[in-house]
Amino acid sequence: MKPYLRFIAPLAIFAVIVGFLYKGLSMDPRALPSVLIDKPVPEFSLEELQSPGEFFTREDLLGEVSLLNVWATWCVSCRVEHPNLVALSRSNQVEIHGLIWKDDPVAARSYLKQLGDPYTSNGLDFDGRTAIDLGVYGAPETFIIDKKGVIRHKIAGPLSPEIIENEILPLVKKLREES
Amino acid sequence: MRTIFFTLFLLFACWSTSSFATLDEYHFDSEEQKSDFREVTEELRCLVCQNQSLAGSDAELAKDLQREVYKMMQQGKTKDDVIEFMVSRYGDFVLYEPPMKPSTYPLWFGPFFILAIGIFLLGRTLVKKKRSKEVELTDADQEKLAKLLSNTAENRDT
Repeated sequence: MKPYLRFIAPLAIFAVIVGFLYKGLSMDPRALPSVLIDKPVPEFSLEELQSPGEFFTREDLLGEVSLLNVWATWCVSCRVEHPNLVALSRSNQVEIHGLIWKDDPVAARSYLKQLGDPYTSNGLDFDGRTAIDLGVYGAPETFIIDKKGVIRHKIAGPLSPEIIENEILPLVKKLREES
Repeated sequence: MRTIFFTLFLLFACWSTSSFATLDEYHFDSEEQKSDFREVTEELRCLVCQNQSLAGSDAELAKDLQREVYKMMQQGKTKDDVIEFMVSRYGDFVLYEPPMKPSTYPLWFGPFFILAIGIFLLGRTLVKKKRSKEVELTDADQEKLAKLLSNTAENRDT
């Protein structure tokens, strides 16, 4: 072994380990890649929150780029993102649909009355079965769905104005241009 | 002392709620079904508390998923069906044991690869050491050695 290699080899190994550890520090173990990206939204039929007797289904997602937001009144982070959803819906840039995950309709209605209702339609997933089909593991989660009803992106965790501005709106614009 | 007892108590409390508590909620027709259910829910990871299995978790979502697993098994679905159902929704992450496929090769074979490098380096070092021991001394070397040894002997005497 050449003498300089004696010093460089351990240094290189050390650098590689530090590199991995540094990357690990900035990774969020809860942000899991969704296997449903580029897959069609699974079939579902959920009772409408605001008009009982009517159903919110997969068909309602077809024809226009939309967001599907999984939320619940028991979810604290949903309250954090709620004003951002309201602002987004007021700006009329994209339709937002809601999936109410294992919640009481009365509580959900009063929540929206109090904080504003950004949703075009809102499905009640009482037993969490549709959430399982969507691979939901926490609330809030937001899916971006294209005109054909295919899931194109998913954001786990509350939407911040930055995420909406930098991640969601550019993608919505791109998806709108698709035929 | 009280702290020790308290810690032990907490440990024990955790234990008793894990794994088997969930089995009582479900009715099984046979022991085989029961053990299948237990096996599957222990192989699947709870997505909320990531270091717990589905069987051991009390999280809402884990309970929903347990119920789904139970329903599927009651319908006569096999273990593989259940696992496929979960993976198609939550990805490989739900499996405690990652599947064998190109993207997981480094995970499965990496340690053996590193072990092989270690064995190679160790072998090389040993061979080198052995070789250096076998070096034969020339007559000149022997003379030098004898001189050195006698020098130290003299030094010790004085």
